[in-house]
Amino acid sequence: MSDTDSEVISFFVREKMLEEQEPPLTERGAVKWLRENLFSSWLNGLLTIVSLYVIWYILSGIVPWLWSPTWSLGSLSECREVLTGLGETTHQACWGVIRDRWQQLLFGFYPSDAYWRPTLALVILLAGLAPVLFGSIPRWFLLFSAATPFVLFLLLWGGPIWTPLLVGVGLVLGVVAFRYLVGVNQIVAVLAAIIVPVLFWLFLVEPIAFELTYTAPIGLEFIPSKDFGGFMLSVVIGVAAIILSLPLGIMLALGRASDLFIVTKLSVIFIEIIRGVPLIVWLFTASLLLNYFLPPGTSFDLTLRVIIMVTLFSAAYIAEVVRGGLAAVPKGQYEGADSLGLSYWQSMQLIVLPQALKISIPGIVNTFIGLFKDTTLVVFIGLLDPLGLTSAIRASTDWNGIYWELYVFIGVLFFIACYGMGRYSLWLETKLQRENR
Amino acid sequence: MTKTLFLGALTVAGLSAAAASAATLDDVKERGNLNCGVSTGLTGFSAPNASGDWEGFDVAVCRAVAAAVLGDSSAVEFVPTTGETRFTALSSGEIDLLARNTTWTFSRDNDLKFEFVGVNYYDGQGFMVPRELGVSSALDLDGATVCIQTGTTTELNLADFFRVNNISYEPVPIQTNAEAQQQYLAGACDVYTTDASGLAATRASFETPGDHVLLPEIISKEPLGPLVRHGDNEWGDITRWTLNALIAAEELGVTSANIDDMASEAGNNPEINRLLGTEGNLGEMIGLEADWAKNAISANGNYGEIFEKNIGENTPIGLARGLNDRQSEVGRLSSEPTYLRHALSFHNNSVHHAGTCRRRDLVAYSQSAAKSCCTGSDAELLLSVQPCRIRYRHDPHSVHQC
Repeated sequence: MSDTDSEVISFFVREKMLEEQEPPLTERGAVKWLRENLFSSWLNGLLTIVSLYVIWYILSGIVPWLWSPTWSLGSLSECREVLTGLGETTHQACWGVIRDRWQQLLFGFYPSDAYWRPTLALVILLAGLAPVLFGSIPRWFLLFSAATPFVLFLLLWGGPIWTPLLVGVGLVLGVVAFRYLVGVNQIVAVLAAIIVPVLFWLFLVEPIAFELTYTAPIGLEFIPSKDFGGFMLSVVIGVAAIILSLPLGIMLALGRASDLFIVTKLSVIFIEIIRGVPLIVWLFTASLLLNYFLPPGTSFDLTLRVIIMVTLFSAAYIAEVVRGGLAAVPKGQYEGADSLGLSYWQSMQLIVLPQALKISIPGIVNTFIGLFKDTTLVVFIGLLDPLGLTSAIRASTDWNGIYWELYVFIGVLFFIACYGMGRYSLWLETKLQRENR
Repeated sequence: MTKTLFLGALTVAGLSAAAASAATLDDVKERGNLNCGVSTGLTGFSAPNASGDWEGFDVAVCRAVAAAVLGDSSAVEFVPTTGETRFTALSSGEIDLLARNTTWTFSRDNDLKFEFVGVNYYDGQGFMVPRELGVSSALDLDGATVCIQTGTTTELNLADFFRVNNISYEPVPIQTNAEAQQQYLAGACDVYTTDASGLAATRASFETPGDHVLLPEIISKEPLGPLVRHGDNEWGDITRWTLNALIAAEELGVTSANIDDMASEAGNNPEINRLLGTEGNLGEMIGLEADWAKNAISANGNYGEIFEKNIGENTPIGLARGLNDRQSEVGRLSSEPTYLRHALSFHNNSVHHAGTCRRRDLVAYSQSAAKSCCTGSDAELLLSVQPCRIRYRHDPHSVHQC
């Protein structure tokens, strides 16, 4: 046993650290990712291969169709000639129609020397919306936002500068009257804030605008809304209806949740009637029925009628979405506001609505995206929105037979707009996140 | 109370409707342009080109009427209408004339209270089949699947035709012509049926038109024509005789090429002279200028020229004249025979006060209203920004009265 003790046991002691080594090939990089995510079991591996085949199959159909050297061609028959000449199949897109008609698809019949006006209007709209949408912009920029609607009106429709300016002055007069009288009596101040601008608009705007236009004829060439068309028409109807329907919808939701009998009933009736009838019926009402009630000769702008109808329709939906938000605010919040002695408007403005609206954001944006896409329904009352223009373009002898190219182009336009709105709503939700759930 | 008010408002609206419809000519002249309803897009008949100008066979009628009334074939505001909105647009006064491939039927003429002023295209329902089916007559179509646009008269005609001939078919309902093209080419149906002009236009758009044949049977009569509201006979006469002037011009050999020569002085043919206003007073009778027909014809040429340019055999649509040829040929198209021989019933058209400028017109931001309200008066239009500034020549300070 002793010799075991005496035996020199030569333990190996490493004298310096081993260099770090790469992990084995199967445990790193793309191979590891593939193994873990795509081929983790034989079933998943099979599914991966099947999926890859499906993707390849779809792309091999779409990509050659999309990748078609037809951008510069002037008619469908030319496209066919060129593609046959190249020895390729004629099952390829004919993009010449987009090059030929993209301006029409974007602007409709708007005069081409005035295309800068809607383009600038879009830039101003985005700039004006920025302080409302993003909190980080300085507050004085809100003044610019308040002026935006009038600038947009002037840019899109034109006419003398004085009428939109005076309408804006009317609003300012209302605010001034309110400020001046609010110390005397609140109800009188509110009434004055409504009556003063209305009287101003009814009786003073027209003569003053006339005189001013005579003395200083500043303005842009007038373009009637008959010339509006294409994607621009969708944006004009969509944006106007979105901006107008949000406040209207919130008021309706508050009205429906109110304790006052008449206010509640009126809100309920309005919401249920508007929501219970399809939008297309309201559009037909706007375009056909109203014609019989209005005295002939009054050319009450069809685009304006459509904007009003779409606004009312979307307001009814917004009202229900916001009502959901109101119901989700715990009762304690209402009672807390009451116990602080806040008035109804103060408690709504400071406590309830901020919480309710935050809850409603996904629903509201969802409604807006639906509304924006629904603007294509105006094709049925003869307005040439992008879809209406496809049939008009197809009716020209050059492009008769064109089908998918136009719809792909329009689809991309709508996707960009709607996807943008969706991303914004996600961003806003994250930003307003207050809970630690 | 509210009810009374409402009824009162309706009455007023009704009265003013009657008043307005009684003077379409005055309205058009005052406005300075013609509001003309057209289709939102029908190959060869009405479609906007890349620069947004409307072109086509129906559009040409609008332009001719505008040229006859206002002397300017571009003074037309085209109002695109759908099948649903067209009649309301006309009866409500939104448009002055509807030129939208509309079939002249009893109920539209009488029940809807319209007046068809003539026929500018005789159409009829036909069939298209792939050549490889080997069908040469619609009677061979027993058991065929048929693509058919729902809610149109073609649907009823189809059912009648197959029942009368005691053969069966299976309908494939579709909504629009574009959809029909796709379905037919994809083989969803053996046969596509619609108006023959539409079939020809559709076939022309195919990659290989020769692979498809139009069957000889035409199973319905579809006389298409422009129409106006009931109750304004003067306006109806103007549109009717403008259309007739185009047709008569072809009969008389007046074309856009030779019209300037013919109209410069009276020639040998008294009918041409009366038509072009170098003799007689047809223009005065109808309440227009003496050169009304000359303007209408110069706008797009005579009927034959319009046909050839938009839908004729040299266009991709390639329609033969057929029924739409002159009566002297095989067709049935003719201007009314009484056209130039007998005097029209004389009517005293109300005088149009071109010189009265109303302030309302000026602040309505309507360039054309302002322009027309100053036409004929001793005034000039000073700038293009609306409301326009107008100065009377005799008194530079009279702007406020304008």
